[in-house]
Amino acid sequence: MKRRLSIFLGCLLVVANIGAYASPEDDRKALLKHYKQILPNVKQADYVLGALALNPDAKEQYDSIMMFPPFVNDVDVGRELWEKPFKNGKTFTSCFRNGGKNVAGSYPYFDNGVGKVITFENALNACLRHNDEAELKYGSNELGLLSAYAKSLSDGMKVNIKVEGKDALAAYENGKDYYYSRRGQLNFSCAICHVDNAGKFTRSEQLSPMIGQAAHWPEFRAGTELVTLQGRFRQCQKNVRAAPLEYNSEEYNNLEYFMTYMSKGLPMQTPVFRK
Amino acid sequence: MKNKSSILTVLAVVLAASAGPVMAADDGKGKELSGRDIAFDNKKGNCLSCHAVPNDPKAVAAGNIAPPFIMMKERYPDRAKLRAQIWDSTQANPKTAMPPFGKHRILSEQEIDLVVDFVQSL
Repeated sequence: MKRRLSIFLGCLLVVANIGAYASPEDDRKALLKHYKQILPNVKQADYVLGALALNPDAKEQYDSIMMFPPFVNDVDVGRELWEKPFKNGKTFTSCFRNGGKNVAGSYPYFDNGVGKVITFENALNACLRHNDEAELKYGSNELGLLSAYAKSLSDGMKVNIKVEGKDALAAYENGKDYYYSRRGQLNFSCAICHVDNAGKFTRSEQLSPMIGQAAHWPEFRAGTELVTLQGRFRQCQKNVRAAPLEYNSEEYNNLEYFMTYMSKGLPMQTPVFRK
Repeated sequence: MKNKSSILTVLAVVLAASAGPVMAADDGKGKELSGRDIAFDNKKGNCLSCHAVPNDPKAVAAGNIAPPFIMMKERYPDRAKLRAQIWDSTQANPKTAMPPFGKHRILSEQEIDLVVDFVQSL
């Protein structure tokens, strides 16, 4: 009897735990609700525009710049890299389904085989490796430009990230912890600016909401200066006087995984101009 | 040994920097920085990043993350409380956005005193 009671209580505890546990989908919905409250006039699809969605004048300037993007030649360099045959005659298209069209929105994904997050840049390098070519250095302009072109083939694709299984969830939670932890001499977390204070101004810069942030990379800043998402992580960390991590570090990849999940369902805009 | 001497050099530089009066870093004349200078300098207090100073025409392009500096004597009659807020505002509010200027040595104790005087005057 006693044993049955304890089993019963144990079951109750499990049920209570499930009730209290926030899934990635719960996190995303809670965040959407938060932004609806603090930025009631922004349509969900416009979160991809970041701070531009909050400033009609800036958005108008952006639209006119994007009609003739100043970075077309840079993206062309990426296209040449993408189309150049490997020594075995194959190209990057052989490594991706659909010839690489509308695939980038499914990255990063969690690979249970290797037990870690695989970013789109990882997939590009894996393609080089499988074809006996030298990999490109993470953080290099070359890999950035290649990813800019390759991701442009997925422009408009809806972000479609999956977190399935306990290891994938652990990577997601690790990225989430990173986003919400304070660090650096200035003691900021990513969330203090981009969750708590989204829409407000620091000096004359308006803070973008986190949802949408991962869906429009790489960016070309001030016209032709290529900045990747992880390059932006590094800039932010320098701004708060924290030590930036290495490109392609496990922490940054997990952070990218978490942030991209938060942009789930939004149409990718790749690549884009930012001032 | 080499390590030891470089540690000594760092110590000497740190001591020299903290012992003297607060100087403008890139100003050859060695003019002392006022509380207002420190508050406005984006490498120092950078208060304008988040706080507006409505009654100061030089306080342009200020942010709006935190409350504007007005009627500060009324809001903080107790100078020690204002100083504590600047030194480490996470004590009063763990969720604050404000950097802990004293605790993380973003400003020296002397610089914080000057900023407290300036902010209280607004």
